[in-house]
Amino acid sequence: MGSASATTSPDQLSQRFETLRAKGRRALVPYVTAGHPDIERSLDLVQGLADVGADAIEVGVPFSDPMADGPVIQGSSQRALGHGMNLERTLELIARAKSPIPVVLFSYLNPLLAAGRDVLVRARDAGVAGVLVTDLPVGADPDLESWFGEGPLAFVRLVAPTTPASRMREIAKHGRGFVYLISRLGVTGVQQSLPPELGDTMRRLRAVTTLPVCVGFGISQPDQARTVAEMADGVVVGSAIVRAAEESVESALSLARAMRSAIDAG
Amino acid sequence: MTVTQTTDRFGKYGGRYVPETLIPALDELEAAFESAMRDDSFTAELDHLLKTYVGRPSPLSDAPRLSAKVGALVYLKREDLNHTGAHKINNTVGQALLARRMGKRRIIAETGAGQHGVATATICARFGLQCIVYMGEEDMRRQQLNVVRMKLMGAEVVPVTSGTRTLKDATSEAIRDWVTTVNDSHYIIGSVVGPAPYPRMVREFQATIGREAREQMLERAGRLPKTVVACVGGGSNAMGIFHAFVPDAEVELVGVEAAGEGVDTERHSASLTRGKPGVLHGALSYLLQDEQGQVHPAHSISAGLDYPGVGPEHSYLKDSGRAEYVSVTDDAALDGFQALARLEGIIPALETSHAVAWITASSGRWKADEPVLLCVSGRGDKDVAHVIEHLANRR
Repeated sequence: MGSASATTSPDQLSQRFETLRAKGRRALVPYVTAGHPDIERSLDLVQGLADVGADAIEVGVPFSDPMADGPVIQGSSQRALGHGMNLERTLELIARAKSPIPVVLFSYLNPLLAAGRDVLVRARDAGVAGVLVTDLPVGADPDLESWFGEGPLAFVRLVAPTTPASRMREIAKHGRGFVYLISRLGVTGVQQSLPPELGDTMRRLRAVTTLPVCVGFGISQPDQARTVAEMADGVVVGSAIVRAAEESVESALSLARAMRSAIDAG
Repeated sequence: MTVTQTTDRFGKYGGRYVPETLIPALDELEAAFESAMRDDSFTAELDHLLKTYVGRPSPLSDAPRLSAKVGALVYLKREDLNHTGAHKINNTVGQALLARRMGKRRIIAETGAGQHGVATATICARFGLQCIVYMGEEDMRRQQLNVVRMKLMGAEVVPVTSGTRTLKDATSEAIRDWVTTVNDSHYIIGSVVGPAPYPRMVREFQATIGREAREQMLERAGRLPKTVVACVGGGSNAMGIFHAFVPDAEVELVGVEAAGEGVDTERHSASLTRGKPGVLHGALSYLLQDEQGQVHPAHSISAGLDYPGVGPEHSYLKDSGRAEYVSVTDDAALDGFQALARLEGIIPALETSHAVAWITASSGRWKADEPVLLCVSGRGDKDVAHVIEHLANRR
């Protein structure tokens, strides 16, 4: 790999979104809690999701105190921790999965802090393309943020409906890969409807960034995914997939298939 | 030594490690707090409420029989005599005034022992604010009396069944509520924990303890205490009484953590003694955690100390050497509980009993005429049934 072009060569995620954009395709980005419902089935899920039309996948590191997550992902995290899952084993799982689509590591900060400074390199070696940290907002800790930002993974940043324009600009400046737009106030979880202000938040965000925007939180039904895909570059489906995986890997995969068709029908 | 700190950090500790959604609300809170503290009408109303509703200043009691047992001149700062029976109300009055100033009429709180929940329910009743208190199911069992008190004052008490069903999970649940309702709700955190500006703001509202005690000591003992002692869970009564003495380099500050069944076992809450720096509930501070960064469940006989983290300013005071942190087991705390009851006719909270126990175990550390200031953070009525159960098991 030539390092001279490091600043100009796009990362794996950016490349993926560029390809999608060229094809006019919106991304389906499912979320899987590593180790849920158990270690082998979460491996099956990560591998299976690419075959049913996912364009990237978020793999969640289970954490003991997931303050941004609703009951479904909390429950999946507790169950995964019960199976002995942790950050190291999440990386092993990702390495075993050899995913053909980019993998984004989704984690709370503390497991990454405890893992030591070489963790980002180890994650890249395991096949991780990007990293998203729930509880490290822009400006919270410049030293840590540069560590993530200058590391080998695309550092994906989050925007919330409460984020003012000035912060959106900051976030867009520092983010890589894509921007994750939180659709609504609140924690992760299955919701019956999309928040009415989503279109407005999206417009405000588009005004300050050319990065691809993926929308997540509360998107559980194919028609919601279709609506979101009309305005966003990608749709993140978390709790609904996790809940379906409680039933079986096949139900989670068929939900992803339905999401894919709905997005493409839009 | 000099203590320097930036606005949102205590040395490297503290910060704002929260979901993006909360950042604007924390900015708003910080601005409201700064402007309120500069506003004479706000501080005058706060002082008025502290005086006429809470019952401040709280007395400084002599403790002649405890003093004789310890071999020092022990003074008790009586936060147990505040309305609702603990120091917690100093903070809830301040934050409720602030919420009203920000136009937020729905209040969220977490509680462990129930004292902060009661103090929040109390001030919400007084101001006519809606009050939702998150409390671990396990703590609701241990502190039934406080659950009833909160409900009597019109609060909704929501049982938390996730994780260890104690204070840490109640705090996570309160944060989840706040992320969802942030535009019209204010979250009254009960200790010097959480994201900035909470640790500093709660300390400011509790610092009245130490300011009063410092003045009372000078008046009564004619000198500053040799040692100031307080229990530390999240650490708000300790920061409250320490703060005024931090610049007095000759005054020792001792924080007493809960050693549970022993700090060498898996079952304790001694974050500063046995933890490592980590991030929980929005702040970097000492934290009980495993090598994978998962938070280790805490244990203490006292629900109020049963927390795996600690306020970031305590981490700073520990690293800088300005304060010393020690720990006391469940068993010793039970002895402390009985000691203060029998020697001074004061039934302390189990939290406070840890600090009492450390003092009684440290006789010989002081000269007979050296004053020692102990923060009696709360009264023990809420703990009586629980203590009887434990004492029966011990026999």
